[in-house]
Amino acid sequence: MTVNGWLQILFYCALLLLSVRPLGGYLHRLFAGERVLLTPVLGLIERGFYRLAGVDAKQEQGWLAYAIAMLVFNLLGFVLLYAMLRTQQWLPLNPQQLPNLPADLAFNTAMSFTTNTNWQAYGGEATMSYFSQMVGLAVQNFLSAATGIALALALIRGFARKSAQAIGNAWVDLTRATLYLLLPVCLVFAVVLIWQGVPQNFSAYIEATTLEGAKQLIAQGPIASQEVIKVLGTNGGGFLNANSSHPFENPTPLSNLVEMLAIFLIGAALTDVFGRAVGNRWQGHAILGAMMVLFIAGVAAAYWAESAAPNALAHFDAVQATGNLEGKETRFGIASSALFAVITTAASCGAVNAMHDSFTALGGAVPLLNMMLGEVIIGGVGAGFYGMMLYALIAIFMAGLMVGRTPEYVGKKIEAREIKLASLAVLAAPLAILGFTAIACVLPAGLKGLANAGPHGFSEMLYAYSSAAANNGSAFAGLSANSVFYNVTLGLAMLIGRFAIIVPMLAIAGSLAAKKQVPASAGTLPTDGGLFVALVVAVVLVFGGLTFLPSLVLGPIAEHVTMLAGSRY
Amino acid sequence: MKPVQASASSGLWIGALVDAARKLDPRRLIRNPVMFTTGLVACVATVLFVRDAIGGAPQLLFSGQIIVWLWFTVLFANFAEALAEGRGKAQAAALRHTRTQTRARRLNRNGGDAAFTWVSATELRANDLVRVEAGEFIPGDGEVVEGVATVDESAITGESAPVVRESGGDRSAVTGGTRVLSDWIKIRITAAGSSFLDRMIALVEGAARQKTPNELALNVLLAGMTLIFILACASIPSFAAYAGGQVSVIVLIALFVTLIPTTIGALLSAIGIAGMNRLVRFNVLAMSGRAVEAAGDVDTLLLDKTGTITLGNRQAADFLPAPGIEARELAEAAQLASLADETPEGRSIVVLAKERFGIRARDVADLHARFVPFSAQTRMSGVDLGGGEIRKGAVDAIVEYIKAHGHGEPVPGAVLEDVERVAKAGGTPLAVARDGRVLGIVHLKDIVKNGIRSRFAELRRMGIKTVMITGDNPLTAAAIAAEAGVDDFLAQAKPEDKLALIRSEQAQGKLVAMCGDGTNDAPALAQADVGVAMQTGTQAAREAGNMVDLDSDPTKLIEIVAIGKQLLITRGALTTFSVSNDVAKYFAILPAMFATIYPPLAVLNIMKLGSPQSAILSATIFNALIILLLVPLALRGVKYRPAPAASLLARNLAIYGLGGLVAPFIGIKLIDLALNAIGLV
Repeated sequence: MTVNGWLQILFYCALLLLSVRPLGGYLHRLFAGERVLLTPVLGLIERGFYRLAGVDAKQEQGWLAYAIAMLVFNLLGFVLLYAMLRTQQWLPLNPQQLPNLPADLAFNTAMSFTTNTNWQAYGGEATMSYFSQMVGLAVQNFLSAATGIALALALIRGFARKSAQAIGNAWVDLTRATLYLLLPVCLVFAVVLIWQGVPQNFSAYIEATTLEGAKQLIAQGPIASQEVIKVLGTNGGGFLNANSSHPFENPTPLSNLVEMLAIFLIGAALTDVFGRAVGNRWQGHAILGAMMVLFIAGVAAAYWAESAAPNALAHFDAVQATGNLEGKETRFGIASSALFAVITTAASCGAVNAMHDSFTALGGAVPLLNMMLGEVIIGGVGAGFYGMMLYALIAIFMAGLMVGRTPEYVGKKIEAREIKLASLAVLAAPLAILGFTAIACVLPAGLKGLANAGPHGFSEMLYAYSSAAANNGSAFAGLSANSVFYNVTLGLAMLIGRFAIIVPMLAIAGSLAAKKQVPASAGTLPTDGGLFVALVVAVVLVFGGLTFLPSLVLGPIAEHVTMLAGSRY
Repeated sequence: MKPVQASASSGLWIGALVDAARKLDPRRLIRNPVMFTTGLVACVATVLFVRDAIGGAPQLLFSGQIIVWLWFTVLFANFAEALAEGRGKAQAAALRHTRTQTRARRLNRNGGDAAFTWVSATELRANDLVRVEAGEFIPGDGEVVEGVATVDESAITGESAPVVRESGGDRSAVTGGTRVLSDWIKIRITAAGSSFLDRMIALVEGAARQKTPNELALNVLLAGMTLIFILACASIPSFAAYAGGQVSVIVLIALFVTLIPTTIGALLSAIGIAGMNRLVRFNVLAMSGRAVEAAGDVDTLLLDKTGTITLGNRQAADFLPAPGIEARELAEAAQLASLADETPEGRSIVVLAKERFGIRARDVADLHARFVPFSAQTRMSGVDLGGGEIRKGAVDAIVEYIKAHGHGEPVPGAVLEDVERVAKAGGTPLAVARDGRVLGIVHLKDIVKNGIRSRFAELRRMGIKTVMITGDNPLTAAAIAAEAGVDDFLAQAKPEDKLALIRSEQAQGKLVAMCGDGTNDAPALAQADVGVAMQTGTQAAREAGNMVDLDSDPTKLIEIVAIGKQLLITRGALTTFSVSNDVAKYFAILPAMFATIYPPLAVLNIMKLGSPQSAILSATIFNALIILLLVPLALRGVKYRPAPAASLLARNLAIYGLGGLVAPFIGIKLIDLALNAIGLV
């Protein structure tokens, strides 16, 4: 570890924290229906959409109507994308004449992009036409991100409202998130990326002759526009197979910084929206604080593990000096690669600027654990926030009892109904991750995809299902996931990981909104201070961690200790 | 208040042991999801064991021991619950005895008092009229409609002094199971099927106990955790198979049972029952567990001034003489005027004069005095002594008197200033005049009960707002409120004001507790989230409240709140403890389980446990024994000190969170040492 490396990490954190308040304020006003900076420009378009769709922007929905609207919207998105991928051969903008996708891959990909997972069982440049990329995938990148933001807002309203039936209008939230937030920010960031050298064109691939005389096909396309939403919407599905480690997606350290910031930008700001909505911004800062504690701990662990030379390579002086550079880009180095890996798995982004499969056993365990915890460390746009709030509810319930009152959080009593729903939601991740891994590691169809034997092979499967269930989308590589078995089971894991949480979470929002607001007194457990932060961190680790400990022991930990003992697989 | 001694009788223990076995009935076990699951896997393990034993499989001693401890885990849970119930049952048995023995004189509908039939108390219906004479037990709860009698209520209150019960007014309610000592009363039975006594018996026995809202929520959380650990454990065999090893069912079961929250699951209902018992021992009867829990949540406490905050009556506190008059002269005159005054105020003047100036009460007969009693017209009382007359009364009445009888001497300005000052301080000025001349003022004041101020400070630390209700004018009320240290007051309060205050507090989302005794309190008692009715109160008040205080002590609300909080804290603390334990159990079992597959994983055996088998067995034994060790804590409740929530949490997290993390490391290590020393594995 170097001072320079830590400065990079701290500089990133400082920039992120500086962005929280201004963006939080903007979002708060935007979703409260107040006038914001862009209203004069976009207000007319927004109202035009509502008129076209026949939506009454003032008509709010209860939780069930909100949930149905979301589910229908996502189902339509899924069907449309599936149809597009199955027919791309006959659709325009396909200069490479790429064929239609097979059913299982189309199912997996459509599920992946509608659930904000962006797991890619395919190589982008060799599989997707420009039309599929732009009209299919990129559109879902926007919409799945907008869905996450809308859901977080619905939950925030549940906390903020008193004795209310409605938690907002799904259509209005989706429209505003896309129109006022995602599109404008993407426009600005895309220009920055183009300036840094990211291509944005519709050209056919360029055939080049290398110095050795070999032929190389260099991919082209509208990369910059797709790159931004990939990170801003925590989608992570790269235009190119090598994702953000490819010089066309992420050419410079500056573009790397911009992409890392974009991943956390909205997720971090949502905590501030929460604080503003409940009338005490420290409530939001406490949630962000818990996230940051887990984040910094993860970065420190990953950076430490990657800086230390892996034992098996210790006799190479070069490795001793640099740490583990396998699978990393030299233009980013170890600190920025470890940082990126933790960011992308803490948020459910899944973009990568280094190959996680080449990380050391413990360095690779950090991204794995991040995903197992449910992507609640900043997390996917919206999804990270509401995931963390589920943990916060459980933390409040357990600890709240210890101060001798019915537990309450920002003035809302947490009772049997909320606990029932939160337990249900928390159950989704272990079910999908452990259940599918258990199946995959005994079936020939599952074992066939492995590139490595032993504990590392196990980690590959575990990582894949964790990534799918957490809607992350990053891959440990190594695993050849484009088979019917993996396409179907991973697709189902994404489905469970997304919607088995969304529905109970919206029910909680509805139930909270209907409650009275209890004023705080000296007897109320303060939830805006350090003690609460520590408590939430502990509950995240205990609930998330203990469930997966046996699998972690058999995967990365076994790999690490056997490597120390000198055995390799 | 006499605490029931748990260790008093060995019968209690034996009874609890028998009950613990009886509670293995799956129909009873299923009410507790965690223990039901434990029982279920213990069953499966037993069946597999029998199969293995017949087949002659190896390692029978090890799996046999695991199974024994699994069953102990379930039995210990049942034992905790049985012990909690047993303590209540001992109280209930005595109560039930009187109930079944009682016979009642039921008055015939159309006849006079002479026409009655003897029936058993259990046959009575609501609205039946019964006549109870001296020496007989009152057959059921009811309202006195005729007569006056002294009643021995010690059976339920523990207070041996008899109380008067009469028709009409605030002392008309009688309770089944109490005994008439003198005279007779005619009673209209109000609650026949479930009398007060029945409810009390059912509550202390735990039979009528319904799960409280927080208990339900906690049960859901525990069930959710159990499900998560089912997933965690059920996936292990397949993971192990991938790694080329295998995990035996008994080891998997041991891991599962130690991971699920058995500690809190086992003690949950014992905690609830013990909480109810604590309340009963404080001589408070809660009509539901919900009310006890709500007491812990109370934000606002409404307290009547008289009797709760202040002693019943005003007392003389000072003599303020007019200019040119000796204080002693004023005191002497005031004492003379009060000699025949039997009101507490009058008596307090006599006492104060004696204390301050050593003026002894003189024999009334020697003075040849003629006492003038208080009348509503003059609003004065006093005494005529040969020639002279002394009068005391409200200031304006004395001013009138002087105008009529005086020598034209107006009341001095200094006296009027004193009057103003006394009124501002919350006192009542009483003017004294002798022969048409004002001698000065006696300062009567409400005496705030000893120690009440510190109790309110305690409540404030708990985060509870206290509101004093009084009929006094706002000036007086403010002064007393300041002296007693309440947060707020409602002056010149009428019953409907009380109701309105409760509603407005509730509209802000607050939970309100109050106590009351009169019929006019009933609406407010019913509206309050926690309404404590006094046992001496009317039947209407008792029906409206959700708790009855058998000692009729309004300050007991404070204890009730503390008991409610203690109940929740105990549950939260043991849940935290239970969950934190899992870390150590993982460190004991996982290396033992997987070290055969990847031998280097033995480094995770940080406790250096003897062998894989002893590690697994130790964790299982610890998991069972910790239940027994925590039974006293569950029954007694975690200590509650009034303090702000943050410091309470920090303290309890340190004890039960960190303690729960560390304790099992030590416990499992010790058990492991013992097992290896004895050679059981």
